[in-house]
Amino acid sequence: MTVTSLGIPRRLLEFRIDGESVRAPEGSTILDACRSAGKDVPTLCQGDTLTPKNACRVCVVEVEGARTLVPACSRKAEAGMEVRTDTERARHSRKVVLELLASSVDLSTTPEVAGWLKEYEAKPDRFGPDAACVDEQPRIDNDLYVRDYDKCILCYKCVDACGDQWQNTFAISVVGRGFDARIAVEHDGPLTDSACVYCGNCIEVCPTGALSFKSEFDMRAAGTWDESAQTGTTTVCAYCGVGCNLTLHVQDNEIVKVTSPHDNPVTHGNLCIKGRFGYQHVQNRD
Amino acid sequence: MDLHFGDSKPTDEEQAAIDTLLGPPESSWEGADRSDADLRWARGGRAARDRRDLLLPGLHAVHDRIGWISEGALDYLCRRLTVPPAEAYGVATFYAMFSVKPRPATVLHVCTDLACAAAGASELCAEVEARLGPGSGVSVERSPCLGLCERAPAALAVKAGDPVRTAVSAPTTVERAVLAASSPDSAPEEPAAALAVPQAGDPSLTLLGRVGVVDPASLDDYRAHGGYTALRQAFAIGPAGVIREVTDAGLVGRGGAAFPTGRKWQATASQPDHPHYLVCNADESEPGTFKDRVVMEGDPYSLVEAMTIAAYAVGAHKGYLYLRGEYPRALRRMEHAIGQARARGLLGDDVLGQGYAFDIEIRRGAGAYICGEETALFNSIEGYRGEPRSKPPFPVEKGLFGKPTAENNVETLVNVLPILTMGAPAYAAIGTGTSTGPKLFCVSGSVDRPGIYELPFGATLGELLELAGVRERLRAVLLGGAAGGFVRPDELDIPLTFEGTRAAGTTLGSGVVLAFDDTVPLPRLLLRIAEFFRDESCGQCVPCRVGTVRQEEALHRIVERTGADAAADITLLREVGRAMKDASICGLGQTAWNAVESAIDRLGAYE
Ligand code: SF4
Ligand code: SF4
Ligand code: SF4
Ligand code: FES
Ligand code: FES
Repeated sequence: MTVTSLGIPRRLLEFRIDGESVRAPEGSTILDACRSAGKDVPTLCQGDTLTPKNACRVCVVEVEGARTLVPACSRKAEAGMEVRTDTERARHSRKVVLELLASSVDLSTTPEVAGWLKEYEAKPDRFGPDAACVDEQPRIDNDLYVRDYDKCILCYKCVDACGDQWQNTFAISVVGRGFDARIAVEHDGPLTDSACVYCGNCIEVCPTGALSFKSEFDMRAAGTWDESAQTGTTTVCAYCGVGCNLTLHVQDNEIVKVTSPHDNPVTHGNLCIKGRFGYQHVQNRD
Repeated sequence: MDLHFGDSKPTDEEQAAIDTLLGPPESSWEGADRSDADLRWARGGRAARDRRDLLLPGLHAVHDRIGWISEGALDYLCRRLTVPPAEAYGVATFYAMFSVKPRPATVLHVCTDLACAAAGASELCAEVEARLGPGSGVSVERSPCLGLCERAPAALAVKAGDPVRTAVSAPTTVERAVLAASSPDSAPEEPAAALAVPQAGDPSLTLLGRVGVVDPASLDDYRAHGGYTALRQAFAIGPAGVIREVTDAGLVGRGGAAFPTGRKWQATASQPDHPHYLVCNADESEPGTFKDRVVMEGDPYSLVEAMTIAAYAVGAHKGYLYLRGEYPRALRRMEHAIGQARARGLLGDDVLGQGYAFDIEIRRGAGAYICGEETALFNSIEGYRGEPRSKPPFPVEKGLFGKPTAENNVETLVNVLPILTMGAPAYAAIGTGTSTGPKLFCVSGSVDRPGIYELPFGATLGELLELAGVRERLRAVLLGGAAGGFVRPDELDIPLTFEGTRAAGTTLGSGVVLAFDDTVPLPRLLLRIAEFFRDESCGQCVPCRVGTVRQEEALHRIVERTGADAAADITLLREVGRAMKDASICGLGQTAWNAVESAIDRLGAYE
């Protein structure tokens, strides 16, 4: 859900999406406008609490007069624009992008992607059995969270969340380039040697499950992770006076992970190590 | 920002290399452990943060001295600049010329790109590797185009130390390459820049007229040959006058995009936000391109003068010259020329006594084709990974350091000199109605006289190849470099203009003309092009990062196949290529399939 703060009233722009006239406040992206108009445009690297990096390119749409397709998530709407979201050209790019992604990384824990693969008739297998893929082992070097870059689509969200957009810790970065680019800490060492403060904000924004709670990772490995059996309860963090909202995910009476509502105007889904990971004491029963 | 640093310490050498660049730390806080005296006193912390743009020069300083960048050196540099180590590591690993793993002090870059490949670079490289095996103290690296295509095959030796030594060997042989690597100091001098200009001395040359005629080290000689008359003219007519002349002359950018220069300058000049910057893109890394190198080596003051005029027109007081890391001689010549110009009041606070302040800083690239993309270049200068930014906003509005910036390549800028000296109408009379002026072409491959040629727009491809002495049994011509397209030997009447090449369904690009005779195996060449793009993709967007890999894989599969056997993979190539062209963020991904597509469609490469 996108929360648009009600600041000074903004001018309304008029333009067209798929032939229909729409109005959107100045500063909205094409994606915002599409969503308000009830149009479905797939997105992966766009995040509701971050400035989009427009790296994945699954949200591309056609804008009249533009030489190439444009990313709906970050292109600002302009008055008089003619946007087409569902042309053969846009669908073709989305399909190929999905194929390229699905053939190179493990999307099994990426929500919604299975549906898009079907909708766009993507066939990731057609690049053959020898197609290069990101071949990484999960990095388990601390008790709090696991980095499984086999699932990483390089959306840059974790880097932005750890860096100047939220956490200001700058523990992680994109290193290398091209197909060899990866998310890593300095000198590609273990997380424990890095600047990481274990706020878990990177996990909060990761769209693919490449970053996950150790608890979730272990349960998935053991085959006991069952989202349908989980309940979410939103409460207030008890550690300090800031009053961050926590959503406790509970399965079989155990807290299995903690997230935070993105529409909280103070924290926008961000927490600190205590709120995010300090739940063990709640369930110590002896 | 609360930075965390590990325990690794720099060696004395590493620290010295960094301190030479940045000066000694002002307090023990900056870059070192805290002492009791200034435990709570972060003097200069904010000031240091503003120096992030010294990250790339800092990495160069360490690399030049040591040959690789250790953890301790990187951490020390980060402390000095208050840059998070993870980000600096991301930057260091972005560039092909840097190593973050120990490696020998001497690296021999052997070009295996198009012109060199056609001149037998693979065998050469294999033999050099055999001769300089482990224990030789030399690391042999296969390199993309070194910008020496007129002298293919080419090699560049870099020996770390204080100072760093370089030796260019081209045309190279196994012996010469080994000699350059083992004792760069005693390697023979490079041939004069003018040898890359077969027309040198021809009085009708406009842009190359001084190459081989002036002494590139002498400012007086430059002035004796008409230097600085254009700048005087610029001061006489004022910034608006310069922009008017450039607009009326019809000058468009020579880097490939062909955007009207006057319009770009006008848009920059009129931005209310300040300061304004001028950036000269001298990072030509398009395989087959070497014209900027020859201009900088043969006539360096012309670029200094042209940059000064451009800066004056757009209201910039600071200019950056972003120069390819692989051009040691161009770097030396430009450093010298800028120093001389500064000493003589042609740069600095009061240029030519006109009360206008302008200075130029050189920034060396470190091996990344993508940094030729204007916004990637800004990121690189600013000390970030050389990843392109998405546009809009455009550089004229938010460019370098987020400020209005005019970015032009070397060839575009030097065209401003004749525009001002001969006047817009005379300049516009050269070439055709819509492609005005003279144009530089980099001709290499299967020709007798490879080099840069200057012709008025409108000459045909055949005329150009004639001049260069095209050899028998021409099989294909690659126009515009790896990002361009192939044409057939029966298409030599294509006029070399923007509109003419467009009408013929191809592109002029940056003016690369690579000729291949029928001894060159086309599928291997295409594979090399695909490999180039796969290597040079920044990795930011999916269509390019993965698409270039899938393109290379498909070409590998069909390298020995044709007809029906290749059909499925060609369909695949087309589909991936179309998505790369349509959905990539920047020009690299958007053009990575052009050459292959044209080889399939125009040359029937796999029929
Ligand atoms: S847990 Fe927090 S500090 Fe650590 S990498 Fe993630 S965002 Fe950065
Ligand atoms: S780890 Fe997750 S958030 Fe980070 S880049 Fe990869 S997919 Fe995106
Ligand atoms: S097209 Fe390629 S080089 Fe350009 S931004 Fe995308 S990944 Fe980077
Ligand atoms: S969601 Fe728009 S580019 Fe990724
Ligand atoms: S120098 Fe080798 S191809 Fe250009």
